Amino acid sequence: MDWGAIIETSFRGLLGETAVVFALAAIGLNIHFGFTGLLNFGQAVFMAAGAYGLAMMVATWEQPFWVGVLVGVFVFPVILALLLGIPTLRLRADYLAIVTIATAEIFRIIARSPSLDEWTGSSDGLTGFARTFYNWSPFDTRERYVFNLFTGNQFWVVIVGWVCVAIAVLVTYIAVNSPWGRVLKAIREDEDAARSLGKNAYWYKLQALMLGGVIGAVGGMLRAIATQSAQPQNFITDVTFFAWVALILGGVGKVFGPVIGAMLLWMILNFTDVFLRELVAEDLIPEAVLVDTQVGQVRFILVGAGLVLLAVFRPQGVFGNKNEMALDDR
Amino acid sequence: MSTPRSRGGPGRRLILLTLFGLVLLGIAAPHAAAQDEETGVGGTLRSRGTGPDGEDEFISGVELTVFDESGNEVGSAVTGDDGTWSVAVPGPGLYEVELNQETLPEGLPLRDPERSRLEAEVDPDTVRNVLFPLGERIGSDDNTIRIVQNLVDGIKFGLIIAMCAIGLSLIFGTTGLVNFAHGEMVTIGATMAFLFNVNGVFGVQFQLIIAAILAMIVAGIGGYAFDGLVWSKLRARGSSLISMLVVSIGFAIALRYLILFQFGGRPRTYADYAIQEQIDFGWFKLVPKDVVIIVLALTILVGVGLSLQLTRIGKAMRAVADNRDLAESSGIDVERVIRTVWITGAALTGLGGVLFGLTEAITWEMGFRLLLLMFAGVTLGGLGTAYGALFGSLIVGVFIQLSTQVIPADMKNVGALLMLVVILLVRPQGLLGRAERIG
Repeated sequence: MDWGAIIETSFRGLLGETAVVFALAAIGLNIHFGFTGLLNFGQAVFMAAGAYGLAMMVATWEQPFWVGVLVGVFVFPVILALLLGIPTLRLRADYLAIVTIATAEIFRIIARSPSLDEWTGSSDGLTGFARTFYNWSPFDTRERYVFNLFTGNQFWVVIVGWVCVAIAVLVTYIAVNSPWGRVLKAIREDEDAARSLGKNAYWYKLQALMLGGVIGAVGGMLRAIATQSAQPQNFITDVTFFAWVALILGGVGKVFGPVIGAMLLWMILNFTDVFLRELVAEDLIPEAVLVDTQVGQVRFILVGAGLVLLAVFRPQGVFGNKNEMALDDR
Repeated sequence: MSTPRSRGGPGRRLILLTLFGLVLLGIAAPHAAAQDEETGVGGTLRSRGTGPDGEDEFISGVELTVFDESGNEVGSAVTGDDGTWSVAVPGPGLYEVELNQETLPEGLPLRDPERSRLEAEVDPDTVRNVLFPLGERIGSDDNTIRIVQNLVDGIKFGLIIAMCAIGLSLIFGTTGLVNFAHGEMVTIGATMAFLFNVNGVFGVQFQLIIAAILAMIVAGIGGYAFDGLVWSKLRARGSSLISMLVVSIGFAIALRYLILFQFGGRPRTYADYAIQEQIDFGWFKLVPKDVVIIVLALTILVGVGLSLQLTRIGKAMRAVADNRDLAESSGIDVERVIRTVWITGAALTGLGGVLFGLTEAITWEMGFRLLLLMFAGVTLGGLGTAYGALFGSLIVGVFIQLSTQVIPADMKNVGALLMLVVILLVRPQGLLGRAERIG
C-alpha cells in the first residue's frame, strides 16, 4: 500500500485545479440558487461558454489571448445568460431546472456536431489556445513545487486559479451584503413581496444569472487552460451535478461554502479513487467485485449517493447554517 | 376503496427487496463476461440491402490497418466470410483505422470515399466497433417517400417515448415530483430484459417476450420499493419539491453509474429479433418488430388512458392529481393510489425500455439520453395528463425524425429540446393541460 501516493493525490484534490474549477462553478451556483433561489441545472454550459469563448477566439479566429479571456469571461456567458434567462426566469423552479438542463444539452450537441467542425472542432474540441498563458508562467515546468504536488505549469494554473477564487469570493461577499444582494435574498424568500416593494424581480434574477454565469465561466476557462483543450465531453450534465454536490456539501447560501465544498469533494473523490486502485492492485479486493477500470465509475456512484444523503439528512451542508438557506426551506 | 387497505408489512417488504436486490446483482454477469475481452477495434463490413434478395451482404477479403496516435502501424486484418474483422491494440487510447479501398469489391465503394480513415477511441477491455458505411446512401431519392419513411419512424420513436414517459407524467401528476431518475428506470427495464434474455437467470435463458414480462415485473417491484423506501418517507417528512428533485438527481447519477458498473459500457442487443428483413409497405419500409412495437405501444397507451377514465383506481388517480387534500378527505387512500401509480408507472417504463432497447442498442445511458425527450413530450402534451404524454411524445418523435430533412442528423434532438423551451414559454400547461400558474 503506497500511502505516500494516496496522501499526495488527496492533497492534489484539496488544492489542485479541479477543486478550483468546481469551487468557481459552485460559487456561481451559490449566487443563482443560494442567494436568488434559481434552480439552475445548466451550470456546465456557462463553464463551456468560458472555455469556448477563449478557445474559439484564439484557436478559430486567431485573436490575442487577452481578447479570448475577455470574450470568454464577459461576452459569451452574458449572452448565454440573456438567452437562457429571458425566456425562462418567469417559470416555476422545477420547470426552470428542466429548461436549464435542456439548454445545456442543446449547446453540447451543437458543439459536438461535425457540421460545425471548422469553428468548434466538434467532438475533438479545440486545442493550442493556452500557449500565451503558459509563456507568462514564472515557474520552471521541469521542476516540481509544493512537496512535489504540482509541475511548474500546473502550479501556475493553480496559483492563478486560487486568485480567481479569492476574487470571486470577495465579489460574492460584497454583492450579497450590498442593497442589491438584499433584494436578491428578498426575491429568494418571497418574490411577490419583493415585487410589491417596486423591485423588478425579473431583472434582478437576470442579473444574478449573469453574475453567477460569469463566475462559472471563469471556472470553465481554467479547466480548458489546465487541460489545454476545450471539448464538449468536459462539459456534460454530470459536471453541473458535481458542482451542485460541492455547493450543498459546503453549505448553500454561505459565501465560503462552495469553496470548502469543492475542496472537500475532490479530496474525498481523489482519496477513494487512489485508495480503491491500491486495494485492487494489491489484490485486497477480489476481481469479481471490482476491477481497475471500474474504479472510475465509483466516483460517480459516490457523488450520486452523496447528493441523496445530503439532500435528505443535511440539506444545509456540512458547515451551513439552517437559518440561512437550506434546501428544504420551502 | 372496496378492498381493505393492504399495507405491505415489514416482512413482505423485506422479501420483495431481497428479491429485487438478487436480481440487480444478477446483472453482474455481463460485466464478468466483458472482462475476458481484449482491448481492440473491430467491426462487421456489410452492405445493406445489396444482396440478390435485398438482404444485407457481408464483404470478405477487405484489408484494414490500425494506426496509433503517432501514426505507427499497430496491426492489420482482413475481413472474414461473415464480414467481421478485429485488431488487438496494446492499450486504451485513440487509434485510427484505415480501410484499403483497393481491396473492396467492384461496384461497392465507400459511401464517402474521403472517409477511408476513421478515428476510434478504445476503452479498456472492450472492442471498439468501427463502422465503414458502404454503397449508396440508403433510402430513396424521392423526397415524398423519404418524408413518409421519416414520419413512420417518428411515430414509432414517439410511441416509445410515450411508453417510457407515461409513468413520469402520472408520477408528476399525483405527487408533483419531477423525477430525474426516470431515465434510469428505462435503462433498468432494458437491462433486466437483457439479463433474463441473454445471460439467463440460474442458467435459464428466456425468450424475449417472457423476458420482457419478467423485466416489467422487476421494474414494478423496483418502483414499489423506490416509493416505499424513499419517496413515501420524504413525503411524510414534508420535504419540499425542490429537495425531492435534488434527491432524484442524486439517484439518477448513482443508478446510472451502478448500471455502467455492472452492465459495462458496450452496447448490447437482445438474442431474439435482432436481425429481421424489412417489409415493404410501398411508401415506407419497416421490420416486423417495429410493427409489433407500434401496435403494442398504441394498445397499451390507449388502455392506460381508458382505465384512467373508466376504472375506479383510475378515477382515484385523477382525483389525487387534481386535488390531493380533497381526494383524501373524500375517503380515497392517497398513499395507496400513489403506490399503485409508482408500480404501474415503473412497469410501463420498464416495458418502454425493452422496446427502446429492441429498436436501438441497450446501453447504460440509453434512459438518460431519452430523459429530456420524455420531458419534452410530457410538457408539450401537458404534465400529469395521460393522453397528453401520448400526444406530446408522438409530436416530439415525429418532429425529431422529420427535422433530419433540414438539419444534420447528429443535431436532430436539438429541435425537440428547443420545442420544450418554446412550449414552456407560450403554453406552459401543455397542449392538453389546463391553465395553471407555474411562474
